Amino acid sequence: MKSRYSIFSLMRNALSYHEKWPEAWRSPEPKPSYDVIIVGGGGHGLATAYYLAKLHGIHNVAVIERGWLGGGNTGRNTTIVRSNYLWDESAALYEHALKLWEGMSQELNYNVMFSQRGVMNLAHNQHDLRELSRRINANRLNGVDSEFLTPQQIKDLVPIIDLRGNGRYPVLGASMQRRGGTARHDAVAWGYARRADEQGVDIIQECPVHGFEIENGKVVGVQTAKGLIKAKKVGVVVAGHSSVMAEMAGIRLPLVSHPLQALVSEPVKPVIDTVVMSNAIHAYISQSDKGELVIGAGVDKYVGYGQRGSLPVTEETLAAVCELFPSLKRMRMMRQWGGIVDTCPDASPIISKTPVEGFFINCGWGTGGFKATPGSGWVFADTIANDRPHPLNEAFSLERFNSGYLVDEHGAAAVAH
Amino acid sequence: MLEINCPYCGPRFETEFSYGGEAHIERPKDSENLTDEQWGDYVFMNSNTKGVFLERWVHTSGCRRWFNVARDTVSYQILAVYETGAKPPKLDLRNDV
Ligand SMILES: Cc1cc2nc3c(=O)[nH]c(=O)nc-3n(C[C@H](O)[C@H](O)[C@H](O)COP(=O)(O)OP(=O)(O)OC[C@H]3O[C@@H](n4cnc5c(N)ncnc54)[C@H](O)[C@@H]3O)c2cc1C
Ligand SMILES: [Zn+2]
Repeated sequence: MKSRYSIFSLMRNALSYHEKWPEAWRSPEPKPSYDVIIVGGGGHGLATAYYLAKLHGIHNVAVIERGWLGGGNTGRNTTIVRSNYLWDESAALYEHALKLWEGMSQELNYNVMFSQRGVMNLAHNQHDLRELSRRINANRLNGVDSEFLTPQQIKDLVPIIDLRGNGRYPVLGASMQRRGGTARHDAVAWGYARRADEQGVDIIQECPVHGFEIENGKVVGVQTAKGLIKAKKVGVVVAGHSSVMAEMAGIRLPLVSHPLQALVSEPVKPVIDTVVMSNAIHAYISQSDKGELVIGAGVDKYVGYGQRGSLPVTEETLAAVCELFPSLKRMRMMRQWGGIVDTCPDASPIISKTPVEGFFINCGWGTGGFKATPGSGWVFADTIANDRPHPLNEAFSLERFNSGYLVDEHGAAAVAH
Repeated sequence: MLEINCPYCGPRFETEFSYGGEAHIERPKDSENLTDEQWGDYVFMNSNTKGVFLERWVHTSGCRRWFNVARDTVSYQILAVYETGAKPPKLDLRNDV
């Protein structure tokens, strides 16, 4: 058991100028074989490994990461967490995740800075209003907190908003999920990594996976930069690179990978203490604890694996933000970056067994999987451990693209991450 | 920003075009005898290639005509532009991705 992080360990380590903190996780050489190998050391992969060990007693597990932990979308996203999805299947899955978020810092003994500051979705026309009301009603029937805000209520919460939207995007109302909010993305990866390591999981970084060993339709190992590592089961959670990985196992996926970008401004005094998003104008905004405005944009429309995001998209997003918040017009942006998101035709994830025995895949989270990190890991671990989907992810199988039973969440997921 | 050489209008910025996804996907001819898996594959699955990808574009704000592009999805370099219905040109495929 590692030393616990607490106010006392903080004070103790202050005495040694914070130079003697123990390492948060080991960096072992891979063993020749494992019961389960998780490919991809983002939040989802690390959470999967943690729950495999913690809840299913499978400790002989490795997480194999091409780069560094959280260097993928986990460390590139705008950290919005909410569960107000339309359909019963999604509401159950995302709400399960939100409940895990509510206890995560305690469970991991790691401050993930989960801040339930509320998430607002704006309506700019009559159609938006109807869609929003429908979703609010569906949420409430599913036990997900969701309420309607009038323009005046919005203005009270977000004084810097221009309700006229510069005449072009008038704000007519909003949905509000008060239990939604933001979290510290890196901390989520590090917290799960530290706890998984404590449970015996080997975390292997800077080790790209090049292929899979498959015998008689069953996976038996993983080809990596550090050689062949045997495995009884393999779970692939590589977000934007899912199609590339699946192809190595002869599996085709319905995904399209796009760059999705975000920006942060210079730090300023608190101006917005909730999250405001608008599907219609492709933008959303929140403010970090450091004071930077965190602004999310849309995807580049074409297939792309270049982690940057094209400038016309940046321009469009900033224009929209300026129309909604005219006082931000002279704000300077400090950084812009992109991540590769794996979008699925129905804007819902795939958490599934595959035609290859022992080979599981968790992908298709697209622009909005950060919020699902704990829930995704939880159900994926259960699916891998028991060789069958958990009731929470049964609807999210790869099979649904043959049966046609899609879970269309474009309304709840499209721009609003 | 991509600069795409429309075969009919010449080079223009990417903002003038709309994207049509993977090229050369043919609707199955024997459609009444397809299995659910074959339909699923035709309707939903795609190659999502990292590397040289053959894709469709339409010049929405220009001549409004469709055409095909061979583009590297990592460097975004456009390697060829060719007409709809034409065979893809021979290209050196990179496999270092
Ligand atoms: C700009 C942006 C904003 C976003 N905003 C939000 C938001 O506000 N809210 C929200 O819920 N979601 C958001 N998302 C989506 C969210 O970030 C992702 O859905 C989620 O983080 C995916 O987590 P993951 O662990 O599956 O993937 P990742 O964190 O990407 O992890 C996958 C890992 O696999 C590794 N990998 C890839 N190939 C290989 C290989 N061959 N061998 C070994 N390892 C490999 C990668 O290096 C990577 O570390 C956003 C995404 C982006 C890009
Ligand atoms: Zn043209």
